[in-house]
Amino acid sequence: MISDLFTVTVFVGILASGIRLSTPYLFAAIGEAFGQKSGVLNLGVEGQMLLGAFAAFYVALTTGNLWLGLLTAMLVGALMGLAMAYVTVNLQAEQGISGIGFYLFGLGMSDLLFQKLMGTVETVKGFPKIHIPGLSDIPYIGEIFFSQNILVYFAYLLVPIAWFVLNKTTLGLKIRAVGENPDAADSLGVSVARVRYFTIILGGTLSGIAGASLSIALLNVFQQNMTSGLGFIAVALVYFGAWRPIGILGGALLFSFINSLQLWMQVLSIPVPSDIAVMMPYVVTILVLVATVSKVRAPSALSKPFERGD
Amino acid sequence: MKKFVWFVLTLALVLSACGAPAVEAPAAEAPVATEAPAEAPAATEAPMAEPFRVAVVMPSGITDKAFGQSMYDALTRIKDQMGEENFEFVYSENMFVVDDAAAAIRDYATQGFDLIIAHGSQYGSSLQEIAPDFPETSFAWGTTVDTFGQPNIFAYEALSQEGGYVNGVLAATLTKSKVIGVVGPIETGDAKLYIDGFKAGVIATNPDAQVNVNYIGSFSDIPLASEAATTHIAAGADVLSGSAQMVVGAIGKAEEAGALWFGTQSNQASLAPTIVVASQVYHWEVMLAEMIGLIQGGTLGGQSFSADLANGGQVIEFNDGYALPAEAQALADETIKGIVDGTITITLP
Repeated sequence: MISDLFTVTVFVGILASGIRLSTPYLFAAIGEAFGQKSGVLNLGVEGQMLLGAFAAFYVALTTGNLWLGLLTAMLVGALMGLAMAYVTVNLQAEQGISGIGFYLFGLGMSDLLFQKLMGTVETVKGFPKIHIPGLSDIPYIGEIFFSQNILVYFAYLLVPIAWFVLNKTTLGLKIRAVGENPDAADSLGVSVARVRYFTIILGGTLSGIAGASLSIALLNVFQQNMTSGLGFIAVALVYFGAWRPIGILGGALLFSFINSLQLWMQVLSIPVPSDIAVMMPYVVTILVLVATVSKVRAPSALSKPFERGD
Repeated sequence: MKKFVWFVLTLALVLSACGAPAVEAPAAEAPVATEAPAEAPAATEAPMAEPFRVAVVMPSGITDKAFGQSMYDALTRIKDQMGEENFEFVYSENMFVVDDAAAAIRDYATQGFDLIIAHGSQYGSSLQEIAPDFPETSFAWGTTVDTFGQPNIFAYEALSQEGGYVNGVLAATLTKSKVIGVVGPIETGDAKLYIDGFKAGVIATNPDAQVNVNYIGSFSDIPLASEAATTHIAAGADVLSGSAQMVVGAIGKAEEAGALWFGTQSNQASLAPTIVVASQVYHWEVMLAEMIGLIQGGTLGGQSFSADLANGGQVIEFNDGYALPAEAQALADETIKGIVDGTITITLP
């Protein structure tokens, strides 16, 4: 019944699982935000995540070393980013289309490698929940915030770091300049290509971590197409968050909280058809987006290839 | 234009990674017309010179520990029974796009396979269109009972509520918290049958126990399935079950929390050897053997088959790694026997 929702157990449950669910979105969406800030739309996030998830899982499974798995996922994501950067910066390909190409490549390649190297669904022992003496024992708060795996903390640390880099450093200024007015940036001696290479590779690396956060921290399995659209939601969250790390955090949390709320609603037998319940996160996110139309506009040079005119 | 070339190259690479139906027996394509092609109907004579060739098209993978794998394993068992030289099969997996699946079905039909299995209820309407064009080829599709009145379509389904009921009886016996959680995909098909049967089994055994069901709206969203399991555990569940291929995420959460797990479709014991109590496993080979017999006798379709506990199309496979108390085991055996001989009837909502 509805009143069952308003209990401490449910409240704590919703918050804790919302924070867990938002982790992969944060990595992927913040990585994507760097790319978009510099004027590159990368729709291949999902593919980078899938390959990252597989790489992390496979290395963790065969070596038993989770950190090595994470590192491999970062490397694989970075390589995917490098390829994407070459295609979009040097070859000046249409970004949306090539992004979809990279997505499909990641989808197919991760599946192929899974078939050839593993062949069956297996499990690993992933990053454990960290118990912080003192903090984890605080009633409720401890359960919500301080009993998560290490990648969850990394994801939340990433938000202020990304904000700082984008807004308070020269590098951030260069990234924004390249995304707003590449011609001006170029004339002032900023290498548009180099900045974009950096942001796309960084985005790929973070997407790789996002995949790893699923396969060796949150779920500890790998299955074909296991991200099931998560990477595309991450791209949407960048728009939702108006290219600001804090906005992305808000969007990721909103989406995840509503998602865990609908899980609880079904568990508590609140009479809402399951089809309606599973739509909720999407519907609410769209409604909030419409209600809070942001004045912030997209980076002017977003998805426009830069050609040096002389 | 350089851009275009790169786009095409990227696309080609992608397609090569995704396409190409995997072939089980690489040396398959060797018809070597020895005698006059025997165009088999009514060929009841002795051993067939050519192997029986089956093609299967499925929406998920052959290694999904669930629906897809149940068919792959069944075909492998048939191959073992009939022998390598008498039976071969090929498959196209991950055909979640129905159009692609339809194209694959048509391709296989053109290549003259003896039996083409459309392993997914979503392929029905495509099959209805394709089958009349190949009256000499036999098709099968599931899970359903509908053969569209076509003489060359077999239908197969699983009465999953039976195994679900047995699992439910056991779950109700083993739960201490009296709360049981179930993770479902979309409220339809054999997943719904399984879950409804499971609930009926729990309630019949322990009317005080509570079954919480959670349909996550997807067959592939592993993160959400895993979070659904966590939610059940937070709501007090100490026994969990779930249907379809995305539950691999949920099993891990059950294991972390020390909750028990009941599987369905495929044997899921290897995913969490200490907590999986039992899995209802589909043994499609029982149905397939009947179909193959009929096809060899000249009947190409028109019948529907149900996998159930009585005919061995469904088997409850217990996990040796879990020490099931003797009385619970006895209760399970009794329940299976009751369902088989009809003394237990399962009422679905």
